[in-house]
Amino acid sequence: MTTIDLGMPAGSSTPPGPIADAVTASVQSHGEKRTELKAKDLKTDQEVRWCPGCGDYVILNAVQSFLPSLGIAREDMVIVSGIGCSSRFPYYMNTYGMHSIHGRAPAIATGLAASRPDLSVWVVTGDGDSLSIGGNHLIHALRRNVNLKILLFNNRIYGLTKGQYSPTSEVGKVTKSTPMGSLDHPFNPVSLALGADATFVGRAMDSDRKGLTDVLRQAAEHQGTALVEIYQNCNIFNDGAFDLLKDPATGAQWSIPLVHGKPLVFGPDGASCVVRDDFGGLRIAETNQVAADDIVVHDATRQDPSYAFALSRLSSQDLRYTPMGVFRAVQKPTYDAMMTEQVDTARAGQPADLGALLAGGDTWEVSA
Amino acid sequence: MTGSTPTTDAASPADGSTAPVATSAPGGLVKSVVELDRVVIRLAGDSGDGMQLTGNRFTSETASFGNDLKTLPNFPAEIRAPTGTLPGVSSFQLQFADHDVMTPGDAPDVLVAMNPAALKANLAELPGGGLLIIDSDEFTPRNLAKVGYATNPLEDGSLEGWQTVPVPLTAMTLDALADSGLGKKEAERSKNMFTLGLLSWMYHRPTEGTIRFLERQFRRKPEIAAANIAAFRAGYNYGETTEAFAVSYEIKPAPMAPGRYRNISGNQALALGLVAAGQRSGLPLFLGAYPITPASDILHELSKHKAFGVRTFQAEDEIAGIGAALGASFGGALGVTTTSGPGVALKAETIGLAVMTELPLVIVDVQRGGPSTGLPTKTEQSDLLQAMFGRNGEAPLPVIAPRSPGDCFDAAVEAARIALTYRTPVMLLSDGYLANGAEPWQIPDADSLPDLTQAVAFATEPNGETADGTPEFLPYLRDPETLARAWAIPGTAGLQHRIGGLEKADRTGNISYDPANHDFMTRTRQAKVDGIAASIPLTDVEDPDGDARVAVIGWGSTYGPIGAACRRIRNSGRKVAQIHLRHINPFPADLGEVLARYDRVICPEMNLGQLALLLRAKFLVDVQSHTQVRGLPFRAAELAAVIQDAIDSTTAAPANGVLQ
Ligand SMILES: Cc1ncc(C[n+]2csc(CCOP(=O)(O)OP(=O)(O)O)c2C)c(N)n1
Ligand code: SF4
Ligand SMILES: [Mg+2]
Repeated sequence: MTTIDLGMPAGSSTPPGPIADAVTASVQSHGEKRTELKAKDLKTDQEVRWCPGCGDYVILNAVQSFLPSLGIAREDMVIVSGIGCSSRFPYYMNTYGMHSIHGRAPAIATGLAASRPDLSVWVVTGDGDSLSIGGNHLIHALRRNVNLKILLFNNRIYGLTKGQYSPTSEVGKVTKSTPMGSLDHPFNPVSLALGADATFVGRAMDSDRKGLTDVLRQAAEHQGTALVEIYQNCNIFNDGAFDLLKDPATGAQWSIPLVHGKPLVFGPDGASCVVRDDFGGLRIAETNQVAADDIVVHDATRQDPSYAFALSRLSSQDLRYTPMGVFRAVQKPTYDAMMTEQVDTARAGQPADLGALLAGGDTWEVSA
Repeated sequence: MTGSTPTTDAASPADGSTAPVATSAPGGLVKSVVELDRVVIRLAGDSGDGMQLTGNRFTSETASFGNDLKTLPNFPAEIRAPTGTLPGVSSFQLQFADHDVMTPGDAPDVLVAMNPAALKANLAELPGGGLLIIDSDEFTPRNLAKVGYATNPLEDGSLEGWQTVPVPLTAMTLDALADSGLGKKEAERSKNMFTLGLLSWMYHRPTEGTIRFLERQFRRKPEIAAANIAAFRAGYNYGETTEAFAVSYEIKPAPMAPGRYRNISGNQALALGLVAAGQRSGLPLFLGAYPITPASDILHELSKHKAFGVRTFQAEDEIAGIGAALGASFGGALGVTTTSGPGVALKAETIGLAVMTELPLVIVDVQRGGPSTGLPTKTEQSDLLQAMFGRNGEAPLPVIAPRSPGDCFDAAVEAARIALTYRTPVMLLSDGYLANGAEPWQIPDADSLPDLTQAVAFATEPNGETADGTPEFLPYLRDPETLARAWAIPGTAGLQHRIGGLEKADRTGNISYDPANHDFMTRTRQAKVDGIAASIPLTDVEDPDGDARVAVIGWGSTYGPIGAACRRIRNSGRKVAQIHLRHINPFPADLGEVLARYDRVICPEMNLGQLALLLRAKFLVDVQSHTQVRGLPFRAAELAAVIQDAIDSTTAAPANGVLQ
């Protein structure tokens, strides 16, 4: 099995410096790490309690099958979630985990990742969890670029509270709390993340095991915060929300697969494509109506997020022209690495002498 | 003061003065020196006049001279309210003495007023006959009009009841800096240093510290450093040569326990206590915080100590601050969050999560006037019930409070001890008065601080087995003595487990909705917190003769004023016991018995009776609540009057003395 670089410091199981002794000792207490895992090693004895047919099952299976390929020991992975159906995820993963409170997972995970750069920290969150109550934490985690992988399970509904509309529901959504239709315009989570200058943003479909695994792998390899929006079917309260993209009859027509370095051509027989519009944005065109050179070649590594943002704006709230794949993957220093660096610099410049610290400033002696 | 030998607190400044001694100053002037046992000085000026800096410098000089002292900075919430207006007045009061002092003083003996607004805002508190030093240059018709003086108090005779000394502070500062090359506006800014120089002469303060400080402070602007130093020296020389001040004062150093001392503010002490707790526990310290007055200085101070492995995280809000701290605790750090009352309100849900996940966490609430934004820069003790109960569900947590600025250090170490030993969030209630106030602090020997490594034995092996005998890790298996749960940190092989806010099954920590389990776990969490009482000292009672009938009980920063009031009571021949609580939850094990011993129990608080409510509920004692919420500490004289009334109405015959 190949091990990929997860952007952790070399000799990563040893947090720097003597003060973290108790932590280091605990981490090293079992010697060599076991990193060759199978999917079943990641399962727990807890009964999975999602509704039969829920998209969360498919995602759980995909994640359990994919994670072993990272070559990370189970004990070095931590999954932090908020509240919602999706946020039950950690209970089903034989890693360390915290099922926290509504919306706060990115904040909690930030503290963990910033103080333990040796860990692989994942956040699992729902559309309500991350975009309503936890919206503030999400955008700040993204702009800081902490080494976190955020999986946003977007079912465009509040599942756990039994079906109210969510910040990603389409305008006019009729739910128990909006019997005459919802009034507020939805967020596009990818646009939001790019607006916060997220260094990695991807989108995948629960039922597309290959596509999902591919995006997850790139997210895992990314150094910094990665946001992956996963379209997830809630078959109880919002069944079929993504059928337009899943249905073989319509899916190819309305999804735009993003492949780095490949022209953005899609649809049956590649009939549609993406070209630049007259205002610095992008638009859909018919492939046979434009010169081949005018077709945009996907580049996820552009530093300027405007291109990725323009891509994210191609889709409408009814999901027509939805790009799927990795929108943006750029390198920037991570918050946790920079924080560690400051600590190391301070340590190199000054010994940690508590006595000297306490006796700092102007002092005087009183003798007996 | 920490580490002092107790002496009696004098009640009035005049008592301690001895006959003037004549000395000769340069220029042939004959000046006399009067010895005093204590002085209270209040510096008042516009927010832009640098009164806090001046006060802090005078404090440092005084501390290093060896006097005992307490300070009371008092400033508006606005960074710069309109110049020269009443809301813009900023003041700094300090009491220093040749014996240990417990408060910054009820009222000043000396008031320095840098402008008409400062005079107007403070004059009422200067007792008749007190010394009033005024910057006469600022008493222009325009400035007088701004605060509604129809006539100039310097000329209309209204200041006759005080020893008023108008000094052209601004003009003399400009004079002294005539050759400095600075413009008028810039040069004028040094008038606070001129004033400091004058006061330094008047009270025989050492000056080297201030000169060194100014050099350091303006390292990058040598011309500003030079101007400030020149103004400072000019003020000193002016004192020495002017006829306006015929007397200077000497206040001998206070006897203190032998050792090395520094001057320290509450926020500084608290920050150092947290660093010490990290070092003594062997855990990295992680602070998650969002700036808020009066707590921000703890964030600032801790941010300087990265060399100790301290990580500080300025979060996007209070919720993220505590969330990150809890996340770090989950990873094996000593997680800390610092805030004030409004921040605690936002953190409530996460505190509940910490109670449920049973992770160590220190929550520092530097209380200020409330509710809502309230009085951001003023002190209050009104978050006690929020700390105790401000969460959904039965969510008990330990609550402790420091009693003086220096004591914030010990309180921080104690908070960490409890958090780590019992795996619980701990609330540390400081307040604005402790945070910004300062006192001499005996520097502790780092090696003699509590060893907290014992509190942090991370689990590294399974501690149970499944039905079929396979070893397993039970995160909610408890230490039988402390009821602390097993703490295994990510990275430890074989102990992977999940925790969260849903109710936990006993031992396994799995989700459980079982009614009996919830009842059991709720009671267990309570029992764990109650059990902390076994690890804390019995009630601290100060009753010199041991036969007082009236007790005064307090917590937090009221220690000084209550202590000073009790001294006055005892000086008057009456008896009173002082009980001061470090631990408010749980209370010391014997507190109920102790309270029952007294005929009367008085509880002064800077709220509307929150501790009193707890004591009444818990012990069925008829506590007499005495409260005040003026945003300022109690005055010792007022408390003494309340205590005296209680004693005289409780005991048959009044004691011999008259209250001084
Ligand atoms: C502070 C707080 N407010 C409200 C709730 C109730 N609540 C639980 S989950 C949820 C919405 C979940 O929606 P989403 O994040 O989309 O997750 P899903 O269930 O759809 O996976 C709400 C409102 C809560 N648990 N805590
Ligand atoms: S309510 Fe919807 S999201 Fe929740 S478990 Fe059921 S199907 Fe899944
Ligand atoms: Mg949802």
